[in-house]
Amino acid sequence: MPVVEFRGVVALLGRFPALTGLDLTVKSGETVLLQGPNGSGKSTLLRLCSGLVRPTRGEARVLDCDLTIERQSVRRRVALLSHAGGLYDDLTVMENVAFWAQAAGLGSVAASDRVEWALHRLGLSGSLANQLVRTISAGQRRRTSLAALAVRRPDLWLLDEPHAGLDQQGRGVVDSLIREAVAAGGTVVVSSHELERTRGLSSRVVTLAGGTVVDDQPGVDHDA
Amino acid sequence: MRELLTDLRLVAAKDLRIELRSRVVANQVAPFAVLVLVLFGVALDADQRTLRSFAPGLFWMAVLFCALLAVQRSAAIEQADEAAVGLSLSGISPAGLFLGKATAVFVQLLALEVLLTGGIVVLYRSSIEDVMLLVLTGLMAGVAVAAAGTLYGAMAAGLGVRETLLPILLLPVLAPVLIGATRAFDDALGAPAVDGWTWLALLAGLAATMTIFGALAHRLLVDD
Repeated sequence: MPVVEFRGVVALLGRFPALTGLDLTVKSGETVLLQGPNGSGKSTLLRLCSGLVRPTRGEARVLDCDLTIERQSVRRRVALLSHAGGLYDDLTVMENVAFWAQAAGLGSVAASDRVEWALHRLGLSGSLANQLVRTISAGQRRRTSLAALAVRRPDLWLLDEPHAGLDQQGRGVVDSLIREAVAAGGTVVVSSHELERTRGLSSRVVTLAGGTVVDDQPGVDHDA
Repeated sequence: MRELLTDLRLVAAKDLRIELRSRVVANQVAPFAVLVLVLFGVALDADQRTLRSFAPGLFWMAVLFCALLAVQRSAAIEQADEAAVGLSLSGISPAGLFLGKATAVFVQLLALEVLLTGGIVVLYRSSIEDVMLLVLTGLMAGVAVAAAGTLYGAMAAGLGVRETLLPILLLPVLAPVLIGATRAFDDALGAPAVDGWTWLALLAGLAATMTIFGALAHRLLVDD
Protein backbone atom coordinates (compact mmCIF):
# COMPACT_ATOMS: atom_id res chain seq x y z
CA MET A 1 0.00 0.00 0.00
CA PRO A 2 1.44 3.41 -0.97
CA VAL A 3 2.29 5.70 1.93
CA VAL A 4 3.37 8.54 -0.36
CA GLU A 5 1.82 9.17 -3.79
CA PHE A 6 2.88 12.28 -5.70
CA ARG A 7 1.94 12.92 -9.31
CA GLY A 8 3.07 16.07 -11.10
CA VAL A 9 3.54 17.89 -7.81
CA VAL A 10 4.67 21.50 -7.92
CA ALA A 11 5.57 23.27 -4.67
CA LEU A 12 6.66 26.88 -4.36
CA LEU A 13 8.85 28.37 -1.63
CA GLY A 14 7.79 31.97 -1.95
CA ARG A 15 8.02 32.42 -5.70
CA PHE A 16 10.78 29.86 -6.14
CA PRO A 17 9.59 26.53 -7.60
CA ALA A 18 11.29 24.07 -5.21
CA LEU A 19 9.50 21.05 -6.68
CA THR A 20 8.69 21.06 -10.39
CA GLY A 21 6.30 18.32 -11.44
CA LEU A 22 7.59 15.60 -9.12
CA ASP A 23 6.36 12.00 -9.40
CA LEU A 24 7.11 9.64 -6.51
CA THR A 25 5.50 6.64 -4.85
CA VAL A 26 6.74 5.19 -1.55
CA LYS A 27 5.24 1.93 -0.34
CA SER A 28 4.68 0.92 3.26
CA GLY A 29 7.77 -0.60 4.87
CA GLU A 30 10.22 0.95 2.42
CA THR A 31 13.34 2.88 3.36
CA VAL A 32 13.93 5.45 0.63
CA LEU A 33 17.16 7.40 0.38
CA LEU A 34 16.85 10.82 -1.26
CA GLN A 35 20.06 12.06 -2.83
CA GLY A 36 20.94 15.02 -4.98
CA PRO A 37 22.87 18.26 -4.94
CA ASN A 38 22.08 21.17 -2.64
CA GLY A 39 18.90 22.91 -3.78
CA SER A 40 17.58 19.86 -5.62
CA GLY A 41 14.42 19.80 -3.48
CA LYS A 42 15.19 17.06 -0.92
CA SER A 43 14.30 19.10 2.17
CA THR A 44 11.22 20.58 0.50
CA LEU A 45 10.08 17.08 -0.45
CA LEU A 46 10.40 15.96 3.19
CA ARG A 47 8.46 19.02 4.38
CA LEU A 48 5.81 18.35 1.73
CA CYS A 49 5.49 14.75 2.97
CA SER A 50 5.03 16.06 6.53
CA GLY A 51 2.20 18.39 5.54
CA LEU A 52 4.17 21.54 6.33
CA VAL A 53 4.35 22.62 2.69
CA ARG A 54 1.21 22.91 0.60
CA PRO A 55 1.38 21.53 -2.96
CA THR A 56 0.68 24.25 -5.51
CA ARG A 57 -0.26 21.83 -8.32
CA GLY A 58 -0.54 18.10 -8.88
CA GLU A 59 -1.90 15.19 -6.90
CA ALA A 60 -0.35 14.63 -3.47
CA ARG A 61 -1.44 11.96 -1.00
CA VAL A 62 0.36 10.89 2.17
CA LEU A 63 -0.92 8.10 4.46
CA ASP A 64 -4.09 8.06 2.39
CA CYS A 65 -4.79 11.75 3.04
CA ASP A 66 -5.04 14.45 0.38
CA LEU A 67 -2.39 17.06 1.19
CA THR A 68 -4.44 19.90 -0.22
CA ILE A 69 -7.25 19.43 2.31
CA GLU A 70 -6.14 17.00 5.06
CA ARG A 71 -2.72 18.22 6.09
CA GLN A 72 -3.61 18.25 9.82
CA SER A 73 -4.41 14.52 9.71
CA VAL A 74 -1.06 13.79 8.07
CA ARG A 75 0.94 15.89 10.52
CA ARG A 76 -0.09 13.83 13.53
CA ARG A 77 1.16 10.60 11.95
CA VAL A 78 4.57 11.66 10.68
CA ALA A 79 7.82 12.64 12.40
CA LEU A 80 10.21 15.08 10.75
CA LEU A 81 13.84 15.48 11.73
CA SER A 82 15.00 18.71 10.10
CA HIS A 83 18.32 20.56 10.32
CA ALA A 84 17.10 22.27 13.51
CA GLY A 85 16.32 19.85 16.32
CA GLY A 86 13.09 21.31 17.76
CA LEU A 87 14.49 21.32 21.29
CA TYR A 88 14.11 23.73 24.21
CA ASP A 89 17.49 24.84 25.55
CA ASP A 90 16.21 25.47 29.09
CA LEU A 91 14.66 22.04 29.53
CA THR A 92 16.64 18.91 30.33
CA VAL A 93 17.10 16.10 27.83
CA MET A 94 14.46 14.05 29.64
CA GLU A 95 12.01 16.97 29.93
CA ASN A 96 12.32 17.64 26.19
CA VAL A 97 11.63 14.03 25.24
CA ALA A 98 8.80 13.79 27.78
CA PHE A 99 7.21 16.98 26.45
CA TRP A 100 7.11 15.65 22.90
CA ALA A 101 5.77 12.30 24.13
CA GLN A 102 2.91 14.02 25.95
CA ALA A 103 2.37 16.36 23.00
CA ALA A 104 1.74 13.24 20.91
CA GLY A 105 -1.18 12.46 23.22
CA LEU A 106 0.43 9.75 25.34
CA GLY A 107 -0.83 9.45 28.91
CA SER A 108 1.67 10.01 31.68
CA VAL A 109 2.34 6.28 32.31
CA ALA A 110 2.73 5.40 28.63
CA ALA A 111 4.81 8.53 28.06
CA SER A 112 7.08 7.67 30.97
CA ASP A 113 7.70 4.15 29.61
CA ARG A 114 8.37 5.41 26.09
CA VAL A 115 10.68 8.17 27.32
CA GLU A 116 12.70 5.70 29.33
CA TRP A 117 12.93 3.40 26.32
CA ALA A 118 13.91 6.21 23.92
CA LEU A 119 16.55 7.65 26.24
CA HIS A 120 18.08 4.21 26.69
CA ARG A 121 17.86 3.44 22.97
CA LEU A 122 19.61 6.66 21.97
CA GLY A 123 22.27 6.42 24.67
CA LEU A 124 20.93 9.33 26.69
CA SER A 125 20.22 7.61 30.01
CA GLY A 126 21.91 8.36 33.29
CA SER A 127 23.17 11.80 34.27
CA LEU A 128 22.94 13.03 30.67
CA ALA A 129 19.14 12.77 30.83
CA ASN A 130 19.06 15.42 33.55
CA GLN A 131 21.34 17.91 31.82
CA LEU A 132 19.94 21.06 30.26
CA VAL A 133 19.96 20.83 26.48
CA ARG A 134 21.92 24.10 26.25
CA THR A 135 24.85 22.36 27.99
CA ILE A 136 25.16 19.23 25.82
CA SER A 137 27.14 18.68 22.60
CA ALA A 138 25.79 18.93 19.04
CA GLY A 139 25.80 15.14 18.69
CA GLN A 140 23.91 14.69 21.94
CA ARG A 141 21.38 17.29 20.77
CA ARG A 142 20.88 15.32 17.55
CA ARG A 143 20.29 12.13 19.53
CA THR A 144 17.84 13.97 21.80
CA SER A 145 15.91 15.15 18.74
CA LEU A 146 15.77 11.57 17.45
CA ALA A 147 14.57 10.36 20.86
CA ALA A 148 11.83 13.00 20.77
CA LEU A 149 10.70 11.59 17.40
CA ALA A 150 11.06 7.96 18.45
CA VAL A 151 8.66 8.29 21.40
CA ARG A 152 5.88 9.16 18.95
CA ARG A 153 6.28 5.89 16.98
CA PRO A 154 5.13 7.55 13.74
CA ASP A 155 3.85 5.77 10.65
CA LEU A 156 6.18 7.78 8.42
CA TRP A 157 9.69 8.89 9.41
CA LEU A 158 11.13 11.84 7.49
CA LEU A 159 14.81 12.27 8.31
CA ASP A 160 16.90 15.13 6.93
CA GLU A 161 20.60 14.37 7.45
CA PRO A 162 20.05 12.17 10.53
CA HIS A 163 23.76 11.35 10.86
CA ALA A 164 24.89 14.99 10.90
CA GLY A 165 27.10 15.83 13.87
CA LEU A 166 27.12 12.29 15.24
CA ASP A 167 30.17 10.20 16.10
CA GLN A 168 30.63 6.65 14.86
CA GLN A 169 28.67 5.14 17.75
CA GLY A 170 25.84 7.65 17.30
CA ARG A 171 25.63 6.86 13.60
CA GLY A 172 25.32 3.18 14.40
CA VAL A 173 22.48 3.95 16.81
CA VAL A 174 20.65 5.92 14.10
CA ASP A 175 21.07 3.05 11.62
CA SER A 176 19.61 0.53 14.04
CA LEU A 177 16.77 2.92 14.92
CA ILE A 178 15.86 3.16 11.23
CA ARG A 179 15.92 -0.63 10.88
CA GLU A 180 13.74 -1.02 13.98
CA ALA A 181 11.26 1.53 12.68
CA VAL A 182 10.83 -0.41 9.44
CA ALA A 183 10.66 -3.74 11.27
CA ALA A 184 7.85 -2.27 13.40
CA GLY A 185 5.85 -1.45 10.25
CA GLY A 186 7.00 2.10 9.68
CA THR A 187 8.19 3.75 6.48
CA VAL A 188 11.32 5.87 6.30
CA VAL A 189 12.32 8.58 3.83
CA VAL A 190 15.81 9.84 4.52
CA SER A 191 17.82 12.60 2.89
CA SER A 192 21.56 12.28 3.36
CA HIS A 193 24.91 13.23 1.93
CA GLU A 194 26.39 10.17 3.66
CA LEU A 195 25.54 8.05 0.65
CA GLU A 196 27.55 4.91 1.33
CA ARG A 197 26.27 4.58 4.87
CA THR A 198 22.63 5.31 4.04
CA ARG A 199 22.54 3.19 0.86
CA GLY A 200 23.20 0.18 3.05
CA LEU A 201 19.93 0.84 4.86
CA SER A 202 17.79 1.70 1.87
CA SER A 203 15.44 -0.37 -0.23
CA ARG A 204 15.42 2.40 -2.87
CA VAL A 205 17.67 5.27 -3.85
CA VAL A 206 15.87 8.24 -5.44
CA THR A 207 17.91 11.01 -7.05
CA LEU A 208 16.51 14.52 -7.29
CA ALA A 209 17.69 17.39 -9.45
CA GLY A 210 15.96 20.66 -10.20
CA GLY A 211 12.98 19.76 -8.03
CA THR A 212 12.07 16.52 -9.75
CA VAL A 213 13.03 12.82 -9.69
CA VAL A 214 15.75 12.04 -12.25
CA ASP A 215 16.65 8.51 -11.13
CA ASP A 216 15.04 5.77 -9.04
CA GLN A 217 17.08 2.60 -8.32
CA PRO A 218 16.81 -0.34 -5.93
CA GLY A 219 18.99 0.09 -2.84
CA VAL A 220 21.43 -2.29 -1.19
CA ASP A 221 18.79 -3.40 1.31
CA HIS A 222 16.33 -4.06 -1.52
CA ASP A 223 15.61 -7.67 -0.57
CA ALA A 224 15.54 -7.13 3.17
CA MET B 1 -12.70 19.79 25.95
CA ARG B 2 -10.61 17.48 28.13
CA GLU B 3 -7.94 17.25 25.42
CA LEU B 4 -7.95 21.04 25.11
CA LEU B 5 -7.29 21.42 28.85
CA THR B 6 -4.56 18.76 28.73
CA ASP B 7 -2.84 20.60 25.86
CA LEU B 8 -3.25 23.92 27.67
CA ARG B 9 -1.68 22.56 30.85
CA LEU B 10 1.18 20.87 28.96
CA VAL B 11 2.17 23.98 27.00
CA ALA B 12 1.72 26.42 29.89
CA ALA B 13 3.76 24.22 32.26
CA LYS B 14 6.51 23.95 29.66
CA ASP B 15 6.69 27.72 29.09
CA LEU B 16 6.60 28.52 32.81
CA ARG B 17 9.28 25.94 33.56
CA ILE B 18 11.48 27.51 30.86
CA GLU B 19 10.88 30.94 32.41
CA LEU B 20 11.75 29.66 35.89
CA ARG B 21 15.03 28.31 34.50
CA SER B 22 15.99 31.21 32.22
CA ARG B 23 14.59 33.97 34.50
CA VAL B 24 14.25 36.36 31.56
CA VAL B 25 11.09 37.94 32.97
CA ALA B 26 12.41 37.98 36.54
CA ASN B 27 15.87 39.34 35.72
CA GLN B 28 15.17 41.55 32.71
CA VAL B 29 11.50 42.41 32.31
CA ALA B 30 10.72 43.06 36.01
CA PRO B 31 13.63 45.52 36.47
CA PHE B 32 12.54 47.17 33.21
CA ALA B 33 9.01 47.56 34.62
CA VAL B 34 10.27 49.31 37.75
CA LEU B 35 12.61 51.43 35.67
CA VAL B 36 9.69 52.59 33.52
CA LEU B 37 7.78 53.70 36.63
CA VAL B 38 10.82 55.57 37.94
CA LEU B 39 11.49 57.23 34.57
CA PHE B 40 7.86 58.31 34.25
CA GLY B 41 8.17 59.95 37.67
CA VAL B 42 11.43 61.68 36.74
CA ALA B 43 10.20 62.77 33.30
CA LEU B 44 6.97 64.26 34.65
CA ASP B 45 8.92 66.04 37.39
CA ALA B 46 5.65 66.19 39.26
CA ASP B 47 4.66 66.41 42.89
CA GLN B 48 3.06 63.38 44.53
CA ARG B 49 -0.45 64.62 43.84
CA THR B 50 0.06 64.86 40.08
CA LEU B 51 1.82 61.48 40.00
CA ARG B 52 -1.05 59.94 41.95
CA SER B 53 -3.57 61.19 39.42
CA PHE B 54 -1.46 59.83 36.51
CA ALA B 55 -0.63 56.57 38.28
CA PRO B 56 -3.31 54.35 36.63
CA GLY B 57 -2.30 55.37 33.11
CA LEU B 58 1.40 55.08 33.86
CA PHE B 59 0.80 51.65 35.47
CA TRP B 60 -0.95 50.27 32.40
CA MET B 61 1.56 51.81 29.98
CA ALA B 62 4.29 50.02 31.93
CA VAL B 63 2.27 46.77 31.79
CA LEU B 64 1.90 47.07 28.01
CA PHE B 65 5.62 47.71 27.49
CA CYS B 66 6.44 44.69 29.65
CA ALA B 67 3.82 42.62 27.83
CA LEU B 68 5.61 43.31 24.54
CA LEU B 69 8.80 41.85 25.99
CA ALA B 70 7.02 38.86 27.54
CA VAL B 71 5.19 38.08 24.30
CA GLN B 72 8.35 38.38 22.22
CA ARG B 73 10.08 36.01 24.62
CA SER B 74 7.15 33.57 24.43
CA ALA B 75 7.32 33.52 20.62
CA ALA B 76 11.12 33.31 20.60
CA ILE B 77 11.03 30.10 22.70
CA GLU B 78 9.32 28.33 19.79
CA GLN B 79 11.45 29.89 17.05
CA ALA B 80 14.91 29.28 18.57
CA ASP B 81 15.38 25.67 17.40
CA GLU B 82 12.29 25.44 15.18
CA ALA B 83 10.26 23.88 17.98
CA ALA B 84 7.26 25.54 16.32
CA VAL B 85 7.62 23.03 13.48
CA GLY B 86 7.47 20.16 15.96
CA LEU B 87 4.43 21.69 17.62
CA SER B 88 2.55 21.91 14.33
CA LEU B 89 3.37 18.23 13.69
CA SER B 90 2.43 17.15 17.22
CA GLY B 91 -1.01 16.16 18.41
CA ILE B 92 -1.47 19.45 20.26
CA SER B 93 -4.53 21.31 18.99
CA PRO B 94 -3.94 24.87 17.72
CA ALA B 95 -6.44 26.18 20.28
CA GLY B 96 -4.73 24.27 23.10
CA LEU B 97 -1.36 25.61 22.00
CA PHE B 98 -2.69 29.17 21.91
CA LEU B 99 -4.39 28.92 25.29
CA GLY B 100 -1.34 27.29 26.88
CA LYS B 101 1.03 30.00 25.66
CA ALA B 102 -1.44 32.75 26.58
CA THR B 103 -1.84 31.27 30.07
CA ALA B 104 1.93 31.32 30.62
CA VAL B 105 2.12 34.96 29.47
CA PHE B 106 -0.87 35.77 31.70
CA VAL B 107 0.83 34.30 34.79
CA GLN B 108 3.97 36.33 34.08
CA LEU B 109 1.91 39.50 33.54
CA LEU B 110 0.12 38.94 36.86
CA ALA B 111 3.47 38.77 38.66
CA LEU B 112 4.53 42.00 36.93
CA GLU B 113 1.22 43.68 37.83
CA VAL B 114 1.76 42.80 41.51
CA LEU B 115 5.26 44.27 41.32
CA LEU B 116 4.02 47.42 39.56
CA THR B 117 1.18 47.84 42.06
CA GLY B 118 3.78 47.86 44.81
CA GLY B 119 5.72 50.33 42.67
CA ILE B 120 2.94 52.91 42.36
CA VAL B 121 2.11 52.59 46.06
CA VAL B 122 5.73 53.15 47.08
CA LEU B 123 6.92 55.56 44.38
CA TYR B 124 3.75 57.54 43.64
CA ARG B 125 2.11 57.15 47.08
CA SER B 126 -1.10 55.83 45.49
CA SER B 127 -3.66 54.44 47.90
CA ILE B 128 -5.89 51.50 47.05
CA GLU B 129 -9.56 52.30 47.77
CA ASP B 130 -11.25 49.28 46.19
CA VAL B 131 -9.14 46.11 46.35
CA MET B 132 -11.74 43.92 44.62
CA LEU B 133 -12.02 46.25 41.63
CA LEU B 134 -8.25 46.53 41.42
CA VAL B 135 -7.75 42.74 41.46
CA LEU B 136 -10.52 42.01 38.94
CA THR B 137 -9.26 44.74 36.61
CA GLY B 138 -5.75 43.29 36.79
CA LEU B 139 -7.10 39.83 35.97
CA MET B 140 -9.38 40.88 33.09
CA ALA B 141 -6.87 43.22 31.48
CA GLY B 142 -4.17 40.60 31.95
CA VAL B 143 -6.25 38.02 30.09
CA ALA B 144 -6.96 40.44 27.24
CA VAL B 145 -3.32 41.52 26.90
CA ALA B 146 -2.02 37.92 27.09
CA ALA B 147 -4.55 36.67 24.51
CA ALA B 148 -3.99 39.46 21.98
CA GLY B 149 -0.24 39.41 22.61
CA THR B 150 0.06 35.66 22.05
CA LEU B 151 -1.89 35.82 18.79
CA TYR B 152 -0.01 38.79 17.38
CA GLY B 153 3.30 37.43 18.70
CA ALA B 154 2.76 34.21 16.72
CA MET B 155 1.72 36.23 13.68
CA ALA B 156 4.79 38.49 13.82
CA ALA B 157 7.13 35.55 14.49
CA GLY B 158 5.79 33.85 11.36
CA LEU B 159 6.73 36.92 9.36
CA GLY B 160 10.27 36.84 10.79
CA VAL B 161 10.32 40.50 11.93
CA ARG B 162 8.83 40.17 15.41
CA GLU B 163 11.00 42.71 17.27
CA THR B 164 10.03 45.65 15.11
CA LEU B 165 6.61 44.66 13.87
CA LEU B 166 5.00 43.43 17.07
CA PRO B 167 4.54 46.82 18.81
CA ILE B 168 3.05 48.32 15.64
CA LEU B 169 0.59 45.43 15.33
CA LEU B 170 -0.23 44.96 18.99
CA LEU B 171 -0.42 48.36 20.66
CA PRO B 172 -3.33 49.71 18.54
CA VAL B 173 -5.31 46.53 19.26
CA LEU B 174 -4.68 46.97 22.98
CA ALA B 175 -5.72 50.65 23.05
CA PRO B 176 -9.28 49.80 24.28
CA VAL B 177 -7.76 47.62 27.04
CA LEU B 178 -5.47 50.48 28.06
CA ILE B 179 -8.39 52.90 28.25
CA GLY B 180 -10.71 50.51 30.12
CA ALA B 181 -8.05 49.35 32.59
CA THR B 182 -6.91 52.91 33.28
CA ARG B 183 -10.47 54.09 33.99
CA ALA B 184 -11.19 51.09 36.23
CA PHE B 185 -7.93 51.67 38.10
CA ASP B 186 -8.85 55.37 38.45
CA ASP B 187 -11.87 54.25 40.46
CA ALA B 188 -9.96 51.59 42.41
CA LEU B 189 -7.33 54.17 43.38
CA GLY B 190 -9.94 56.66 44.53
CA ALA B 191 -10.48 59.04 41.61
CA PRO B 192 -13.91 60.68 41.89
CA ALA B 193 -16.66 60.56 39.24
CA VAL B 194 -15.49 57.35 37.54
CA ASP B 195 -17.56 54.17 37.58
CA GLY B 196 -14.83 51.55 37.48
CA TRP B 197 -17.24 48.60 37.45
CA THR B 198 -18.69 49.68 34.09
CA TRP B 199 -15.18 49.80 32.65
CA LEU B 200 -14.47 46.41 34.22
CA ALA B 201 -17.45 44.98 32.34
CA LEU B 202 -15.95 46.33 29.11
CA LEU B 203 -12.63 44.70 30.01
CA ALA B 204 -14.34 41.37 30.67
CA GLY B 205 -15.95 41.57 27.23
CA LEU B 206 -12.63 42.39 25.60
CA ALA B 207 -10.89 39.54 27.45
CA ALA B 208 -13.52 37.01 26.35
CA THR B 209 -13.54 38.28 22.75
CA MET B 210 -9.76 38.29 22.40
CA THR B 211 -9.41 34.83 23.95
CA ILE B 212 -12.08 33.22 21.76
CA PHE B 213 -10.93 35.00 18.61
CA GLY B 214 -7.29 34.12 19.36
CA ALA B 215 -8.07 30.44 19.90
CA LEU B 216 -9.96 30.29 16.60
CA ALA B 217 -7.52 32.41 14.58
CA HIS B 218 -4.45 30.56 15.83
CA ARG B 219 -5.46 27.54 13.74
CA LEU B 220 -4.87 29.57 10.57
CA LEU B 221 -1.36 30.51 11.72
CA VAL B 222 -0.45 26.92 12.64
CA ASP B 223 -1.89 25.61 9.37
CA ASP B 224 0.50 27.70 7.30
